[in-house]
Amino acid sequence: MAQGLVNRHTKKDVSHRIDDHSPNQAIDDVLCGTQGSRDPVPQDRPVATRTMAPLILTGYTLVSALGKGLDETYRALRNRRSGLRPCDFEDVGITTYIGRVDDVENMSFSGGSASTRLEQFDCRNNRLALLGLQQDGFTQAAIEARERYGAHRVAVLVGSSTSGILETEHAYCHRDPASGALPSSYLTSHRYTHNMFSAAHFVRTYLGLRGPAMVISTACSSSAKAFATAARFIEAGFCDAAVVGGVDSLCLTILYGFASLQLMSRSPCRPCDENRDGLTLGESAGFALLEKSEHADQPGAVALSGYGESCDGYHMSHPHPEGTGAIRAMQAALLRSGLTSADIDYIHLHGTATRANDSIEDTAVHSVFGPSTPCSSTKGWTGHTLGAAGITGAVIAALSLTRSFVPGTVNTTRLDPSLNSHVLLENREQPVQRVLSNSFGFGGNNCSLIFGTV
Amino acid sequence: MTLYVSGISTLGPGLPGWAGSRAVLAGERPWCEADRPRPSASLLPPNEQRRSSETVRWAVEVAQEVIQQAKADAREVVSVFASSDGETVVLDRLCTELATPQRTISPTLFHHSVHNAASGYWGIATGSQQSSTVLACYDSSFCAAMLEAAAYAQIEERPVLLVAYDLPSPPPLYAARPLQGGFATALLLTRTPAPHNLAQLDLTLSNDLSEDATSMDDPRLEAMRNGNQAARSLPLLAAIARQRGTLVRLEYLGDLRLLIRVMPCRSSVKTLSAD
Repeated sequence: MAQGLVNRHTKKDVSHRIDDHSPNQAIDDVLCGTQGSRDPVPQDRPVATRTMAPLILTGYTLVSALGKGLDETYRALRNRRSGLRPCDFEDVGITTYIGRVDDVENMSFSGGSASTRLEQFDCRNNRLALLGLQQDGFTQAAIEARERYGAHRVAVLVGSSTSGILETEHAYCHRDPASGALPSSYLTSHRYTHNMFSAAHFVRTYLGLRGPAMVISTACSSSAKAFATAARFIEAGFCDAAVVGGVDSLCLTILYGFASLQLMSRSPCRPCDENRDGLTLGESAGFALLEKSEHADQPGAVALSGYGESCDGYHMSHPHPEGTGAIRAMQAALLRSGLTSADIDYIHLHGTATRANDSIEDTAVHSVFGPSTPCSSTKGWTGHTLGAAGITGAVIAALSLTRSFVPGTVNTTRLDPSLNSHVLLENREQPVQRVLSNSFGFGGNNCSLIFGTV
Repeated sequence: MTLYVSGISTLGPGLPGWAGSRAVLAGERPWCEADRPRPSASLLPPNEQRRSSETVRWAVEVAQEVIQQAKADAREVVSVFASSDGETVVLDRLCTELATPQRTISPTLFHHSVHNAASGYWGIATGSQQSSTVLACYDSSFCAAMLEAAAYAQIEERPVLLVAYDLPSPPPLYAARPLQGGFATALLLTRTPAPHNLAQLDLTLSNDLSEDATSMDDPRLEAMRNGNQAARSLPLLAAIARQRGTLVRLEYLGDLRLLIRVMPCRSSVKTLSAD
């Protein structure tokens, strides 16, 4: 019998009917379009229409330039030790800093469930993912969820913006001079390395999961949106738990790409500084295991309590000048969580340290939260990890909640006086109950998440 | 989970939009081989039509046909874009340039390389600030998009525009991922019935693999289905075109099946036949 797909609603096994609509309604009875008109859609209301039941993060972890796992990440934040270093990635000749993860080049790529050919996934992006899976007992937590719910009932939803493109960049340096063909080893590995689904494919294979899976790729909001999709999938009954995460690794495309846009600082980035002059790129991999609270109620546990998504509908690489898309995402997250702006203790800013982002995000934050809610950017510690920025923010939010700590902003010496929000430069020790974290991406794609303690 | 289809489009060789494809998909007319369509994506401002990739124009073309057909307001519709391989022409140009000593890439090329380029252009063209998810799931990308769109319509109570698309990669990437044809499809899905629905869909996710995924009767359309993730939608599109109750099985990652019971909506017959 099919394992793990026992339907809790209809008591049938094998198939999982997704909700309570009558499945056997005779075709002739279905008179679509005669049962009243379409729901009127209000014009200016954010998407969220009802509150969500909080989802518990029963496991979570992060690997970034700050270190491997929660303790190293926390110590670096607490001690204000930035993970940024002068660019030493491959032979890149750009004067800048990067947030590179140590030892990715030398790690052995093995482990996981038996009978999987793990080595076919070997590339920098999946090595980073593997490092993430190996921290803080995350793999064990996912395996326990698999055993609890069944492999088919655990989803894998991973955000990434460039996947394993570094493999393709390397392959293009080794084309056959006569035919232009790429090396044959690359042709067979492409599916498992550069193809956009690769990171979720790898994580799903490594953890032996067989539920719904996808990579979400909306540039820098990717792994924040993975939380929103997970919340919907669990509520819709597509799965009982979800491994949510984000993985993005350094590559030539992003280094030379952001340099071409003149958005990259020559020094370690200074979010919200009067003299900020661009972002610093980094890499990270992080994961969270999301489950319904009735299955995972632990006092003090961290929960996803809201999410809000929007677009700018304005420009491919420049945020909407009035921040209307960002405002919409934050308001939708508040609505979804049933909270008001006064309930939020700390805002983890997207805070990339470009002139435009920090200024427009400030406008948006100020319009939703006013001048008092403490906020800060941690990009001066980790660099901007693009598709993994959402999970990075989520894990830092979880550390803030569990360790009664609010990170400030490193590298920044003089706060931009034109900013109106309450940007913290120094760290704070204080109880924190609810954190909102912002992620905004190219294509004007925005996502805000709210985390709280149960 | 029940959803209603209030708009539909398809684009591929010999499948030039819904009006020109419905009879072929319904089996009333044979499929005829044709060149790859060259959609103009007229909704895009003229300079964006020039600058955008062919992939973006395919996605926007089917999306705009659906919005116009359903007389919907694009600014009130959330979107789900699904592509396995994304902007391969742009990636080829980027990687070619990065393999030179100068590594000079243009800023436009870079921001056109993101997997969410089509979604971003859709937002710019329509002014929509609604959520847009962009996903990839190799050959199951269309199926993953159906799940994401269905969950969105159900939980967020919004009409959802689903757009799935992939074009063959240029050489040399084609050898790594030989996607065929060029195919795009779009559906407008709602949680509640509306006037002029084209079909009702009843979705069930199952891990019963005892029956194969639904295939196409015409071997040439079946080859199209197998050759491009977006064309994995063909059995669903055909069931909607035929206007007969049909159970469509879509393969999802080898471990799951998405079962879609397609039921016609009477009020839609007239609309559907007007091609």
